[in-house]
Amino acid sequence: MTTTATPKPGTPAEVEGIAVTIDGVEVTVPKGTLIIRAAEQIGIQIPRFCDHPLLKPAGACRQCLVMVATPDREGNVREMPKPQASCTMEVSPGMVVSTQRTSEVADKAQHGVMELLLINHPLDCPVCDKGGECPLQNQAMSNGRTNSRFTDVKRTYPKPVKISTEILLDRDRCILCQRCTRFQAEIPGDPFIDLQGRGGGAPGGADHGMLPQQIGAYDEGVLGFAGIDGEVREAAETGQMVGPNGDPALLSGIAYTVGTAELDATGRPFASYFSGNTIQICPVGALTSATYRFRSRPFDLVSTESIAEHDASGSAIRIDHRRGVVLRRLAGDDPAVNEEWITDKDRFAFTWQALPDVIQTPLVRDEETGELVAASWSEAIALAARGLAQAADDGGVGVLPGGRLTLEDAYAWSKFARVVLGTNDVDFRARANSPEEAEFLGHAVAGVSMDVTFAGLESAPHVLLVGLEPEDEAGTIFLRLRKAVLAGRTSVSTLAPFATRGSTKVRAALVTTEPGAEATTLAAIAAGTGDHAELAESLRAEGAVILVGERLAQVPGGLTAVLELAKATGARLAWVPRRAGDRGAVEVGLLPGLLPGGRPVTDAEARVDVASAWGLDADAALPGEIGRDHAAILADAGSGELAGLLLGGIDIEDLPGAGESERAVREAGFVVQLEVRTSALSRYADVVLPVAPPTMKAGTFLNWEGRPRPFGQVFATSARSDAQVLDMLAEGMGVDLGTGSLEAVHRELSELAAWDGARQPAPAVEPSPAPVPSAGEHTVATWRLMLDAARGQDGEPYLAGTAHRPVVRVSPGTASSQGVADGDRLTVVGPLGSVTLPVLVTPMPDHVVWLPLHSPGSSLYRMLGVGSGGSVRLASAERATNGEVIR
Amino acid sequence: MTEQTAAPLAPVLSDIWDAERPWTLSTYTSHHGYDAWKYAIRQEPASLVDTVKNSGLRGRGGAGFPTGLKWSFLPPPDGGPRYLVVNADESEPGTCKDIPLLLANPHSLIEGMAITSFAIGSHHAFIYLRGEVVHVYRRLLAAVREAREAGLLGSNILGTGYDLEITVHAGAGAYICGEETALLDSLEGRRGQPRLKPPFPAVAGLYARPTVVNNVESVASVPGIIRGGIDWFSSMGTEKSKGHGFFSLSGHVTRPGQYEAPLGITLRELLDLAGGIRDGHQLKFWTPGGSSTPIFTAEHLDIPLDFDSVAAAGSMLGTRALQIFDETVSVVRCVTRWLDFYSHESCGKCTPCREGTYWLRQVLHRLEAGQGREGDVDLLLDVANNIEGRSFCALGDAAATPVKSGIKYFREEFEQGMHTPAWELFPYGANALFTELAGAAR
Repeated sequence: MTTTATPKPGTPAEVEGIAVTIDGVEVTVPKGTLIIRAAEQIGIQIPRFCDHPLLKPAGACRQCLVMVATPDREGNVREMPKPQASCTMEVSPGMVVSTQRTSEVADKAQHGVMELLLINHPLDCPVCDKGGECPLQNQAMSNGRTNSRFTDVKRTYPKPVKISTEILLDRDRCILCQRCTRFQAEIPGDPFIDLQGRGGGAPGGADHGMLPQQIGAYDEGVLGFAGIDGEVREAAETGQMVGPNGDPALLSGIAYTVGTAELDATGRPFASYFSGNTIQICPVGALTSATYRFRSRPFDLVSTESIAEHDASGSAIRIDHRRGVVLRRLAGDDPAVNEEWITDKDRFAFTWQALPDVIQTPLVRDEETGELVAASWSEAIALAARGLAQAADDGGVGVLPGGRLTLEDAYAWSKFARVVLGTNDVDFRARANSPEEAEFLGHAVAGVSMDVTFAGLESAPHVLLVGLEPEDEAGTIFLRLRKAVLAGRTSVSTLAPFATRGSTKVRAALVTTEPGAEATTLAAIAAGTGDHAELAESLRAEGAVILVGERLAQVPGGLTAVLELAKATGARLAWVPRRAGDRGAVEVGLLPGLLPGGRPVTDAEARVDVASAWGLDADAALPGEIGRDHAAILADAGSGELAGLLLGGIDIEDLPGAGESERAVREAGFVVQLEVRTSALSRYADVVLPVAPPTMKAGTFLNWEGRPRPFGQVFATSARSDAQVLDMLAEGMGVDLGTGSLEAVHRELSELAAWDGARQPAPAVEPSPAPVPSAGEHTVATWRLMLDAARGQDGEPYLAGTAHRPVVRVSPGTASSQGVADGDRLTVVGPLGSVTLPVLVTPMPDHVVWLPLHSPGSSLYRMLGVGSGGSVRLASAERATNGEVIR
Repeated sequence: MTEQTAAPLAPVLSDIWDAERPWTLSTYTSHHGYDAWKYAIRQEPASLVDTVKNSGLRGRGGAGFPTGLKWSFLPPPDGGPRYLVVNADESEPGTCKDIPLLLANPHSLIEGMAITSFAIGSHHAFIYLRGEVVHVYRRLLAAVREAREAGLLGSNILGTGYDLEITVHAGAGAYICGEETALLDSLEGRRGQPRLKPPFPAVAGLYARPTVVNNVESVASVPGIIRGGIDWFSSMGTEKSKGHGFFSLSGHVTRPGQYEAPLGITLRELLDLAGGIRDGHQLKFWTPGGSSTPIFTAEHLDIPLDFDSVAAAGSMLGTRALQIFDETVSVVRCVTRWLDFYSHESCGKCTPCREGTYWLRQVLHRLEAGQGREGDVDLLLDVANNIEGRSFCALGDAAATPVKSGIKYFREEFEQGMHTPAWELFPYGANALFTELAGAAR
């Protein structure tokens, strides 16, 4: 259990101090502090269950009772007759608190509550996941009786209930502290579980079937209720043997009557992207994850603090492993970034680092068979070095490092391209991008750190989201925005084609914008006219923020317009990419026009600066022309104009024109790939060099704020980071790259940190009007859902089951003209093929359809051949069949 | 209500119960009904608050908090809505005053609500009624409709420009919803569980707006105070417990029923009015104010039934629900039934009440069956002490009360539960009232 004893950073200094005495120790705490927190300040731990520093006080478990005395009007300190819940009562001047340490009454009250909590607890600690790290177990030892006087019949339930594929509930272990339901309602706003029933019930359910109070999802089968049709349903079973007697788990959350609600991949009503946090804050073993249940004992685990690799938030996590296997990940506690919450993707998607397709040894192309075969490092490095050197001479090597690198690895890639390959043909953006975006990044992002922060979002009067769905693309930002909005400090507006679930939960004002129209809408907001006057005014407020997602790069003129809007209103601007490595890649110059620290390649002074840091003699050493971007590199490699490719972690499905890109790699001359796992592109590589996944290396992610997020190595292995592999490769090519160790890299990075010279000029691209689809065509709106078909979630079926079910969203008008309703299947046809998905009718512009960019059965670049803003037709529809919950 | 004797009855709310169709507007108005409202609506609201404050009216829902003072806790008007909510979720075992009142004379409540709403500046008032009493629900709906059609409610009432709507809400039958903040949550459509206080309802009540929550009888007493004046009202009752109130006698009395009398009357006087304990039997124990007030015995017959005297004697006036038990009754059985109730009605929010009632109930059933174990009586007391004063709301205290007071006066009966079933010590047929009635009919 974690506690936050210190006041939050950024607490205004003028908060009044209140002096109170706790167990004879005087302490002054800010006004509004709860007694339980004031006690923590002086090291007094009051036992508690329902209390959580980031949730609203509940006062439900009554474990934290203390005696409280306050001065009356005459100043006589009088003790209140009853013990008080220290988790709900704020300190007041002159208050005298006696905890269990100094008050027998408080101590007896706590022992009494503890005994009551345990009478219906199964005491199955030896088989419980929580055993060994259980607040109930620990506090029963510290504040409980040595033996129980309860000799009667316990309350029992069939167990567990499978609430989603990932979350399992053992109701008999639950002490009904309601942390989970309060978390879901207060923090992400997804109340997928709540209290049901009333009271403690009766042994054996003898009380005319009255349901004891319990956590659940109102599943009629689990509760034995009659449904709307009057029929009493049997509890559905999973078919998997998971109960204590080998009995099957009950299946909860069947969408009998959900209607238009969104479903998850198993056909249940969608739960939450943040549900895993309930497991971590559960003070008993009532909530467990399907992934971890019965797998391990906490005291067998070795923990390493780390940083999540799935998005640009840089969330603190803890990785728990046992004998070389990661068993689970937990949220770390970082008040400045993710507080104590992480997304389910950050928590559960870690198996990808240990799948069978993780490359163990270098692979080289066998000359006779043409197959990739294992090779020694020295052989592979020699081959790769020779091939790359040849290719560099023959026309050049394009460098595509991908967006998943640590800062240190990205730096090595950047230096390798410039120093070893002598090229600026380098671009990390393995996704839809534009030259305008490269200019934007060089102008407004590189070298700008910690301008807009999480704390800044929390205190911003207004936040405008452009090309960004925080709930899907940066979950931690979503949580922080929601916190700010609920606190009444912040309002949010969003440029999007429709109001998403996520934007509804941050009460965002929707500026309905069809794909491609963002630039003109931004210009209209900057002009502050008409409908947009109010929004422009909000952005002029001190501290207002514009968060722009990487997707705006797809709109010509979009990033130009957003810069102009920021300039016109004075709002601060932050760029939020999707991947953990993107921000760091910008910082170290993994772009054709950029050197480390925001130095433009075209700036001679900048080149001299970098060259001297790199120990090169003359500016001639560094190329001064802006290089090829991602698309040009692929095209020219395919046509043979470039003689080679150096590839990092790139998933071909991420690239617009996935098929063409794959063809280009196939046609390319000499191809070297640095990868963790074999990918679709491995089959075209001449040499594949294995690089370490995050658990096998230390490094730093730069999050969207520009905040360095260093993490340590979990496993000691012989795996090499990108920086080390590139260092070896450079050595093979006769260059001392100097990136063999983190220390060396950081020494150079700190030398390159400050750049006060000219930046890249701002992009100046005229906005083009949104494409108007011709009759019978629709414009595609799309982005990636948090849980989708990405390779980073491979090997985790329990998590995959909690993903949003892929749907195609159409407007009510389109639905009626197509003759479809919610749940019917609709086929969307693009230039390359079609995608067929269930329909979700959504208020949105009539000629727009939305589909997920890369979910199971809906990988648009490959299957349709279009992305956001593309044109598609709608074809045949199919009636809905009654869906059933699977798994 | 039977023959008058020397002991003073004070029929005010029950005054017209014997009139023709007393629940109709016409009967009510022919007995000065709505005169107080017609007068009050032309007064300064603040003066009405003062009148009620000065009358000494204390809340009739059990706790006895001064009604006028409660009204004056509302923050000054800020232009937003303020609400009056009447707590008609009467469900305490033994308590049966509001339901008969609403059945016989619903307009007394409607008039009281009109005056109260006007006094506190509310334009929308609610009655949260126990949902099981469908007949009373119908009466209330009809009464509100009648009053509305007569221009006594609605918009521009009596030409004064004052608007008031009354909504009658039927609860779903949970004792916890009689707790005022749980009632508000339930009325808002949420799960009925008590709220954390502060903020108190006066500051953030229904829909987070300033709200007064009053008992039916408190509000229904307001028109009488306005019409009769402070002196008339405070002429009844005792120094600190002014006015009249219902005393609901049930159990082993000759004539059970509602006795409306000045506060401070004694059980001895009430028993005289009710024809005494049933023939051939003696008083064993009784509750002054429903099952959640510590029990009294024959030695408490002369305690004045006002808030302070009852408290001084170790119990609470509560809802003046006098449950009378004669010597045929097993205290163990009685307390066990009460605990069945509290265990069933515990909302589950807090540990002591949810788990404590679960445990107490099992121990009590064991004792009732004569299968008690060594130390069970002390265990009962200790568990009750671990509930009392430790729970989130007063329901937990209420559950601990009968156990503690039962053992206090009749510990031997609980001890006997170690070896002899209660039904052998106190044959259950002997105390069943229906056998007596059946006998009388023969």
